[in-house]
Formats: sequence, structure tokens, C-alpha cells
Amino acid sequence: MSHHLENLTLKIWRQSAPADGGHFESYRIDSISDEASFLEMLDVLNEKLIDEGLEAITFDHDCREGICGTCSLMIDGQAHGPQRGTATCQLHMRTFKSGDEIVVEPWRATAFPIVKDLMVDRSPLDRIVEAGGYITATTGGAPDANIIPIPKPVADAAMDAAECIGCGACVAACPNGAANLFTAAKVSHLNLLPQGQAERWSRVEAMVETMDEHFGSCTNHGECEAACPKSISLDFIALMHKDYRRAKVKNRKLISQI
Amino acid sequence: MTDSMLQSKIPAGPIADKWDNYKADMKLVNPNNKRKFKVLVVGSGLAGSSAAATLAELGYDVEVFTFHDSPRRAHSIAAQGGINAAKNYRGDGDSIHRLFYDTIKGGDFRAREGNVHRLAQVSVNIIDQMVAQGVPFAREYGGLLDTRSFGGSQLQRTFYARGQTGQQLLLGAYQQLARQIGIGGVKLWNRVELVDVVNIDGRCAGIVTRDLVNGEIRSHSGHAVVLATGGYGNAFFLSTNAMMCNVTAAWRAHRKGAYFANPCYTQIHPTCIPQADDTQSKLTLMSESLRNDGRVWVPLNVGDNRPAAEIPEAERDYYLERLYPSFGNLAPRDISSRAAKRAVDSGRGVGPLKNGVYLDFSAAIARLGKDVVKERYGNLFDMYERITGENPYDIPMRIYPASHYTMGGLWVDYELMTTIPGLYAAGEANFSDHGANRLGASALMQGLADGYFVLPYTIGNYLAPMLNKPVPGVDHEAFKTAENDGRARFQGFLDIRGKRSPDWFHRELGKIIWDRCGMERTAEGLQQALTDIPALYDEFKTDLRVTGNGASLNQTLEKAGRVDDFFQLGMLMCRDALERNESAGGHFRAEYQDDEGEAARDDENFAHVAAWEFTGDPMQSNRHKEELEFETIHLAKRSYK
Ligand SMILES: Cc1cc2nc3c(=O)[nH]c(=O)nc-3n(C[C@H](O)[C@H](O)[C@H](O)COP(=O)(O)OP(=O)(O)OC[C@H]3O[C@@H](n4cnc5c(N)ncnc54)[C@H](O)[C@@H]3O)c2cc1C
Ligand code: SF4
Ligand code: FES
Repeated sequence: MSHHLENLTLKIWRQSAPADGGHFESYRIDSISDEASFLEMLDVLNEKLIDEGLEAITFDHDCREGICGTCSLMIDGQAHGPQRGTATCQLHMRTFKSGDEIVVEPWRATAFPIVKDLMVDRSPLDRIVEAGGYITATTGGAPDANIIPIPKPVADAAMDAAECIGCGACVAACPNGAANLFTAAKVSHLNLLPQGQAERWSRVEAMVETMDEHFGSCTNHGECEAACPKSISLDFIALMHKDYRRAKVKNRKLISQI
Repeated sequence: MTDSMLQSKIPAGPIADKWDNYKADMKLVNPNNKRKFKVLVVGSGLAGSSAAATLAELGYDVEVFTFHDSPRRAHSIAAQGGINAAKNYRGDGDSIHRLFYDTIKGGDFRAREGNVHRLAQVSVNIIDQMVAQGVPFAREYGGLLDTRSFGGSQLQRTFYARGQTGQQLLLGAYQQLARQIGIGGVKLWNRVELVDVVNIDGRCAGIVTRDLVNGEIRSHSGHAVVLATGGYGNAFFLSTNAMMCNVTAAWRAHRKGAYFANPCYTQIHPTCIPQADDTQSKLTLMSESLRNDGRVWVPLNVGDNRPAAEIPEAERDYYLERLYPSFGNLAPRDISSRAAKRAVDSGRGVGPLKNGVYLDFSAAIARLGKDVVKERYGNLFDMYERITGENPYDIPMRIYPASHYTMGGLWVDYELMTTIPGLYAAGEANFSDHGANRLGASALMQGLADGYFVLPYTIGNYLAPMLNKPVPGVDHEAFKTAENDGRARFQGFLDIRGKRSPDWFHRELGKIIWDRCGMERTAEGLQQALTDIPALYDEFKTDLRVTGNGASLNQTLEKAGRVDDFFQLGMLMCRDALERNESAGGHFRAEYQDDEGEAARDDENFAHVAAWEFTGDPMQSNRHKEELEFETIHLAKRSYK
């Protein structure tokens, strides 16, 4: 049966616009079922604020199943909160106890300007994909799907990388605001597959260079992997770096042949 | 008789030749002329992303609109189980005809043959296309694609990517769209919501949007508009849909003249995690694929409160296996859902609130080993444990039906055009292919079929004659009027200054719709709903409270607009359910059942699509009919015994 948490203090970041200063605001909340998710607790708080005639707290969320990558909260200084391998929306109040003070902030990264309160703009992640995170296969001309057998371990490794939900927690957790884990996941997903080989070198170059335009640089802290709700492995960063170096050599060779 | 507005435009010829005949006869736009046509695509789910990317590849000037921050976050991302295709890679007797037949039968003979056959035909191209784009589908050790079975089918035709098929397919389509955005083929408008559709001189001339970040209302004109805006399952408040899913785009188009078809056909999915308490904001689906290896049961006796493991085999009721021996735990969704409701209503529900049934994997774990079960369903088991705090490897899962998918939607013809010329609807937003019930793994197939392999052809047929003819721009007074209406509508919500939040109204509305127009409906209950919904709607209009303002991001205000539209839709759902005096698929009217409690159709009077015309008030909308003609398939009782 469910229990209730009492006397929770929430210190929540409020900021009315990107240029606005922003500040912490404290709220007290009681009688929260431990079956509730963290975001449902915020829903209850928002209903209370509206009852009091105040503006609700803005936060990004959608699927509430840990797959869309929309939710994005720093909870007690940790991206997506204390539970490993769990997105904010999958975090439940049974992780907390009565009397707790919980600090809730937006993702903090230079590349992610705050839109309002707890909502940030993560579109630089899309820029990285637009630069090369695809396989050029225009609709209609594809050969039969079983024409290229793909060894199961290869398909599985590509899938491990492809599971990234694009939430940006890796960036928020990184002291440098680097997006290496995200980019590596995307690069590896496609570079591991036979279908991805044709554009392998141009892809990694374009994506890494676009990443560098928007984000900080990686100094191997490894905070990203710990914060990642999909537990994407740091090994993919190694793979991306290796491919990037080889791409540079390969492309130079191509140029010298002209 | 079919209403004159509802011409399906099914091409002539034998069923297997219709699509080829259409393509042979359609008008074409020369490659160099395509860039002269602007197509506005609203929605970036599977249907929207695939349509937009393909149209841009062909050379059209495309703009995409989504209320999400990134196109990749559309609700399609959440689909778990898989996607059907008639590839017959298993050699288990699959074929285009069989997929066609299964879909018509699964839909309880309430879908249009021509559309469904085309869907089955192009299903095979979808898998080819997605693999070429790098979707990491599950594979066998030899490296070939793996498939599994899904509810309502006795074949293994479902392709999947772990428990995240929708994610992987959407990422595939999104990447293709991202490529077009990167090279300038598509302009993206994110965090922007459609608030109106504008018609000029009898054709759709564009849309009006609201920028969610700063509240700006703005017009966009184009030669054609595609709505790929998803389904309306959130009318029930609690559903498996993402929180932001809503009916606004389709409803606003409906108000401007697009007929809304079969709103009462909604799908209640049998395997969701039961509600745990009152603050619950949504329900989580446990993929139907689990029914491949999980066995559904409840205690045989009312009041048996022992933990599952202590209930001996002889005192368990594996009711699906008992009632439907040939399909067993894989009986279709509507049938499984009703069976679960009956088990719980009989007092044999399980869990703290007695509101679920067991889905038990102990036999599968004993047979296959824990590792195999983990390999197949690991992430779903983890998800279940995170939500409930219980470990399904040790204790059976608890499940209960929840609103999941909507078969109803904007009426479209064979070309996916609504009753407004130039306005198309694709994916879950249209009503086209699933009749009264959708089979598992067929929504992803339909979304991608519409976007990749249907719209790119049919839109050309509409655009070709418009070459070099000017279309009205955004300074046309019809756009200005729509903009002013939009501004006034949102300001209106702010000005009510009542006491109740939009969420409060949504929850109350959802309860009425779930109780009266959910898994089981009666004339009496529907009439009651048709008194209760308008009364609550009147309260909404006088007692709504939206805090904040309209000039900066305001999620309360966004929600107000969406709930407003759900109210109007809710009335139409109930009216449609009341008028359909039969049971078919997901629409189960208690008055119309056979001796064994199965849905009893009335083919003589109801083998038609009901398409509603808006007349200013959903309580007064007009019901029109498109008769369904079955030339290939014989109408039969849908039996899964
Ligand atoms: C939990 C879950 C699991 C599922 N699993 C499966 C499965 O295994 N197999 C299967 O076949 N089907 C499954 N389905 C069904 C399937 O996922 C959906 O039917 C399908 O993905 C819908 O795709 P779509 O492109 O039509 O719409 P969506 O993916 O819902 O996209 C809608 C788009 O429209 C945009 N939009 C909506 N309204 C507006 C507006 N007013 N203004 C601007 N933009 C707007 C949104 O931003 C979004 O981009 C599942 C559904 C759920 C809920
Ligand atoms: S790598 Fe992990 S943390 Fe980074 S965006 Fe992907 S899922 Fe989120
Ligand atoms: S809301 Fe979708 S991942 Fe959290």
C-alpha cells in the first residue's frame, strides 16, 4: 500500500525569461504519495500554485516513460536525480523521505540557454545530427532488407548506442558542458553498421566539428556516463575519437591524391 | 447511401492492382517545378517526419511544425513493441493478402478495403527503407532480421528493436528529416502549435500558429497542408499517450470543414500498469509483445487474497486461454481488454486496489531461462520495476486496460485528403486503415506508409494542376481574421479568472468519458454523458483559471486550449457512440452482444463510416455516411476462439 511523504521543502529555480536573472524559490508540500513520480509531485505543486493565483512552474516533460528525452531536471545537483539509469520522469517519490529538502534546477550549460524556469533550449543537439547524423538513403530506392546480413553482436552494439534519448543530461553533468557522449552515441550507432560505412568518415568529421562549435571540450571526467539515463558507455567516446583521427588521415590522403 | 461529400476515390480494378492503377494514372509535377510548391507539414512523428523528408527529397519546398522542442520527441518515440510487414521472411505463410485480411478482420470489418490493401502492399517497402537508414532492428545469429508475433495474428510478421521500436523508427525518420533541415530542404518551426486552419476559395490555404515561447500568433500560407498530429487518446485524461498529445490540430481543422470520422472508435490497450493513486498523471503501457511469453490470469475464487505464488494452478483462471483457445494470450486488444474488465468487475482483481490482472512469466522463465526472458523484455521489466517497485522476474506483473490509441480521426479519401481540398491527414490523425480496432504493430506501419509511400504520390496529383497559379499570401484577410480569432481565444482563457485549473477540468472530463464511453457503453450512460459534458463545459467557460500571461511561455494556457478542444471532441465521441447501435471492435455497446458476450455487429445498418460535419456546436453536428463496400472479403463474424 502507498505511504505519504510529509513536510517536503522544494527549492526551485524560477526565471521568467532567458535574459532575466533568476532565483531560488522555496515551496513546502505535504501529503505526497510515495507511488507518485517526481513530476507528479511537481504537478501537485503546480495545482497548488494555480489555486493560490500564482504562475505554475515551467518544466519540460512529455512521455513520462523515460524514452522521449524531454524531461530535464537537476535534482540535488544531479542530472535526472539520484537514481542511476533513470530519467527524471521515471524517478518516484519512494526515493525520498518525509522532511527532505530537494533542490531543483534546470540543466546548466552554456550551450543550453534557459527558456523559462526549469526549461532549457537544447537545439544545439539537433544541429549535430543535422550535420551528419544520418545515412543518406532517399525514400524508394532501398534494396531488400535482408540483403546485407548484420552479425547480431554488431547490430546489438549499434542498438546500445542508438538507445540515447537525446536528453542532454551528459552535457548538464559535464564540468565543461561537453556533448561527447551524445555525439559519440549518434556517431557509433551509424558508424558500426554496414549501411553506415559509405559516409563513415565524413559523418564523424562533420558531427565532431559541429559539436565543437557549440559545446565545451571533453577532459575525460566520465560524469556523463554516470548521469546518463540510458547508461550509454564511455567506450563510444573512444570509438568516436578513433574514427575522427582516422577520418582526418583518410581525408588528407584523398586530398593528396587529387 | 454514401454522402456526396464522402467520395473515397478508390481506383478501379482488382484489389491487388488498384494502387498501381492509381500511380499509372496520377498527374505528375516535373522535378524542376516541385520547388514552386510549398507544403506545410504539421507534426514530426513517424507520419510527419517521413512525409516531410520525402517531399523535400523530391524537391518540394517544405516547412515542418511541431510543438516539441525537437522533432525527435514526437509521441511515436514511445512505441515499444514492433512494426508489421508482410515480408514472409519466416516462410510461415504470410503474404500481402493475409496482412490485408488480418487488418480488415482485426478492424471488425469497418475499414475500407482499398486503403488497407495498399497499406499491406507498401508494408514491405517500409522495412527495406528503415534498414537502409540504419534502424538497428533485432537480428538472429545468422545476421538476418528477427520477427515475432503480436496480438490478432497467428504469424510472426512483427519486426522490432528491443522494446524501443518506435524510438528507433522515429530516429530513422528524424535523421532523414534532420538531413533535409541541414541542407535547407526543410524549414523547421519547433515549439510552435497550430491553432487554426485557413481556407480560401474552397481550398486549404495555410495555417495559423502560436509560438509557445513568446505567444506570437502567425500565419503561414502554402499550396497544401498535411496534418500528422497524432491521436486523441488523452481525451480520457489517463492514457498511455504522452502528456502533450492532444486533438487540437484535428479539431481546429474539423471546425473549419474537415469531417471527423468514427470518433467513438478508441482502443483500450489490455496491458498497462494499473492506476496506483489519485495524483496519477498518465498510465504506462507494458508492450503487448509481453503476451507472447506471459500468461494472463486471476484467482479462480472471489476473495482469494493470497500472494500469487501461493495460489495453486488449479485455483487460477487463465481466462484468455480458456475462452479463446486458438489465440490464447494473444487474443486481440479489444477482446483481451473486455475480458480483463470482466475479471476485475467479477471481484477477482489483484493488487492493493484490486484493479488489475496478473501477467505471469514464471512458465516462460522455467522454459527459456531468465537470460532469454531478460534479452527479450529486459527494459520493459526494468521499467515496470521502476514504476511499481516490484520485480516481475519474481512476482507476476499486474496489468489493466487503458486508453491507448484512436482509430477515429479526420475523414480522408484514398489520397489521404480530408473534405477540405488541399488539407491532408496522415498517421494516427486520420481514420483510414484500422476500422473499429487496430491490430498491434500496425500504427507504426500505417504512419510510415502514409508518410513515405502514399502522400508523396497523392499530393503531386493535387498540386500538378496548380502550377504557376498564384495562391493567396498571409496578408489575405482570411488569415488576418483567423489570427485575430486565435489571439482573442487565448486572451479569453486568461480573462475568465475563475477558480479551477485546466488540469482539474481535464481530469473531471476524462472520468466522464472513461466511465461512459470507455470499454463498455450503453445508450443510457451515453445520454448521461451528453448531459454531464456540456454542463461541465459551461463551468469551464466561466470558472477556468489560467495564471501567468499570454506573452511568455505558459503551459497552463497551452493546456487550456487543449482541454477546450477535448470538451468539444468528448461530446462528439459520445454522440457517435450513441448513434452507432451495434458493437464493433473497440466500440462495445452492452445492448449489442451475442450469447457469449462477444460484440454483435449490425452489418445491415452500420457497415459504414460515420463522418461528422461541424455546424457550430458539437451537440448539433451532422452525421454523414460513407458506405463500406466489401468486394474481396466476405463479412464474417470475427472469431478468435
Ligand atoms: C505507449 C505506446 C506504445 C505504442 N506501441 C506501438 C507499437 O509497438 N506498434 C505500433 O504500431 N504502434 C504503437 N503505438 C501507436 C503509435 O505509436 C502511434 O499511433 C504512432 O506513433 C502515431 O504517429 P503519428 O506520426 O501519427 O503521430 P505522433 O508521433 O503522435 O506525432 C504527432 C506530432 O504532431 C505534433 N503536433 C500535434 N498537434 C500539434 C499542433 N496543434 N501543432 C503543432 N504540432 C502538433 C507533435 O508535436 C508531434 O510532432 C503505441 C502508442 C503508445 C501510446
Ligand atoms: S548520451 Fe545519455 S545523457 Fe547524453 S543525451 Fe544521450 S541519453 Fe541523454
Ligand atoms: S518525459 Fe519523456 S523521457 Fe522523461
